[in-house]
Order: sequence, then structure tokens, then C-alpha cells
Amino acid sequence: MQYEAPETTKAAVGLLAKAKGSAYVLAGGSDLLVRMKGGFVEPDLVVDIKRIKPMREIKKTASGFVIGAAVSCAEMNENKALVKAWPGVVEAAGLIGSKQVQSRCTVAGNLCNASPAADSVPALVAAGAKALIQGPKGKRKLPVEQVAVGPGKNALKKGELIEAIELPARKDRSGDAYLRFIPRTEMDIAVVSAGVNLRLDKKGVITEARVALGAVAPTVVLVAAAAKAVIGTKLDEAALAKLGEAASAACKPIDDKRGTIEFRTKVAAVLAKRAAEIAYKRAGGK
Amino acid sequence: MAVLVSTAINGDTVEFACDPHESLLDVLRNRLGLSGAKEGCGTGDCGACSVQVDGRVVCACLMLGVEAEGRDIETVEGMSHGTELHPLQSKFLEHAALQCGVCTPGFLMAAKALLEHNPDPTEEEIRFGLAGNLCRCTGYDKIVRAVQDAAKVMRG
Repeated sequence: MQYEAPETTKAAVGLLAKAKGSAYVLAGGSDLLVRMKGGFVEPDLVVDIKRIKPMREIKKTASGFVIGAAVSCAEMNENKALVKAWPGVVEAAGLIGSKQVQSRCTVAGNLCNASPAADSVPALVAAGAKALIQGPKGKRKLPVEQVAVGPGKNALKKGELIEAIELPARKDRSGDAYLRFIPRTEMDIAVVSAGVNLRLDKKGVITEARVALGAVAPTVVLVAAAAKAVIGTKLDEAALAKLGEAASAACKPIDDKRGTIEFRTKVAAVLAKRAAEIAYKRAGGK
Repeated sequence: MAVLVSTAINGDTVEFACDPHESLLDVLRNRLGLSGAKEGCGTGDCGACSVQVDGRVVCACLMLGVEAEGRDIETVEGMSHGTELHPLQSKFLEHAALQCGVCTPGFLMAAKALLEHNPDPTEEEIRFGLAGNLCRCTGYDKIVRAVQDAAKVMRG
């Protein structure tokens, strides 16, 4: 195995593009090293992106935040402006693993690993985040919900890597939230999860909504019907009931030791409703 | 092919050669004779291999040795000043916050990082802060009390 730690994105793309055999990007390593240890992958090349300066930075711009692909989730939680603007995204990122894992893991890595249960992904999808991708043919932007294409499979082509995650600027009277169900109190993988981002008008009526669910389908799903159920409402009982129904209807979960199909389908509705209530309050709704 | 790595461990400049796929934990234990960090799971679940890298607690099993180039690493071996124990070490002994001892170096490093970032944590914050460290002799209550007591001493 060859290890490279280039200092520019261009150099990283060059290494990945011309690699013969299997090539992997190393950000936090909390997924890659476990898979190497288990013998599930045997990389010929590992490209460590942590020496690429722009990838270590969180930039606040007029159009939002640009979170470098090598920024750890601990660093995200320490960025006050980001925590204030996107509490749901930061909470979701902060739920990944332990303090030890937080020191290293990244949301870009969480996204590329393409687990349907990835904690940060439903929150990023609800937020309308975009992945900034660099490759041999230049740059492209992909909505985060299009990055994972199946369990463990992502849409990146040979030579491509995510250089940053872009979050939009926080609009007036808007808020987000993320909730997950786990049988323990910490250090576990989501059995079901929900991310919600809402915007209200001055009267507290929802004008924009995005609802995303995790661990209930092969990829994290953006549920347009759930958003539609609450737009034009003040999140009253009837709207919440419709939101829950739409969330359950979007579930195509697996049955496994952590949760049955029936359980996941039911809990998806509960979590979507609760996350919507938190997001509504954060947006200033009463 | 071995790679030459230059790093700082417990304040000393250290150079070593390792294979690119070797974990930092294997380098510490097998090449540098620093056997304080333990391998429990090897997959970042148990925290027995906790060390600090540039002031943050990490699992040494989830980091490659080659990634240590130019970093500042602290291990449990650097915790005491000579024979003078760190307050966390003294309080772990005083409260008998260990049985078999395999998890102890990891708990000490994680607790040290916790108290450096938050000198006056609540019990809940301690429990969440140490959730990445498993003790299978189930001595958590004693560990939490030792950390609370050490925090008090360290605050002065």
C-alpha cells in the first residue's frame, strides 16, 4: 500500500486519477481503517487529504458555509457561527461515534461512506447541502441526497473527491433539527433517524420545508410528500399527522437485529414529527 | 515499503520507520515500546488505545502511523512527571477505579482530554465524555467518581 499526503486538491485528484488498482481517500479514517483492519478493502493507494489547508477550514461566506472535507465533527461543534446557523446539522454530526471518533470523523466521509444510517446525512439533506466535487474533468456540485446511490456506494467517479460541503446561508425565521432512535443513550448506529428544516412567514405559517429520513431505505431519503404535508400550516395536529403518514409511507426498511420493518416504519413518523416540532420552535414558531 | 516518520511523543522528538498500513497503535506498541495504549477491539469501539494527537483524544487504532508526521502525540506514559502521578492517576488509585486495568490507560487519556476542555464537568458530561471507553469489569461509577475528584484537585 502506498500512502500519500498531498498539500493541494489538484495533487490529490492527480494521484487518485492515475492510480492503478484500488485507491481510497483518507479523511478521518474512522470507516476506512476499520474496513482495512477487517480485510474488507485492501487499498493499493491511500490519499490523506488532511494536509490540504482549504480542506481543514470552515468558511462563512455570503451564501452560507463551506465546510472543508477534512474538518472533523468536533471542529464543527466548536464553530459558534455554524452551531447557531445550523444546530440540526451540527447535532447530527456530533452524534457520530465517541469523543475519540469525533476528533477525526468528517461529514464528507460520512456522506461518501454511504451508509443509510449515517447520522449527519439526513440533517445535511434537510438543510439542502451540496457536495463540492473535484475531479480530473474539473469541478461539479451535487445535492447531498444524490451522493449515496446504495448502501456503501457513492456517485463519485474515478479520480473524484469531495473537497467541501456547502451549506446555504440561514434564512430569516428558519430552523432545523435532527433526531435518531438508538437502543442505548450514546455510541450507537441509528435504527431510524429524521432531519427537518423549516422556514416560516411572519405569522408562523410554514413556507418552505425539507424532511429527510435515515436507516429506512437503501439510502437516506428526501421525502417531498412529508414537506408538502406541512407547508401552508402552523404545524397543527392535523399537519403533524399528515407529516407522520407521509414519513411512514416513504419507508422501505430492512428487517434486522436492530429494528423490524414495522418498528422502523412507525418510529420514522414519530421522529419526523418530533424533529419538525423542534425545527418549528427554532424557526421562531409558537 | 517502510516510510520514515518524524513526530513528537510526550514532548520528545521521535523518528520511526513503519509500513504505510500500520496503525499508530501498532507503531507505539511494537516499534516504540510504548505499551500503555492497549488494543481492545481494534475498530474504535472500546477506547483502550486512546491517545492525544494535537490536543484531541483519538483512538490510536483508527489512525495510521504515517499520519503522525509532524504531529504532537501524548500517551499515558507522558502523564506523570517522573514519580509524581497526574491527579487523575492518583484519584483512580484512591477510588480503586480499576480492576483488570486494561481499559485504564484509555480512560485516563480520555478523562485528561475531557478535563482540559471542560474543567468542571457535570456527572452527565463525564459519562458522555467517556462513552467511547469501555470497562468490562463494570467499574464505571468508581471511574466517574475518580474523575470528579481529580477535577476538583485540578481546579485547585
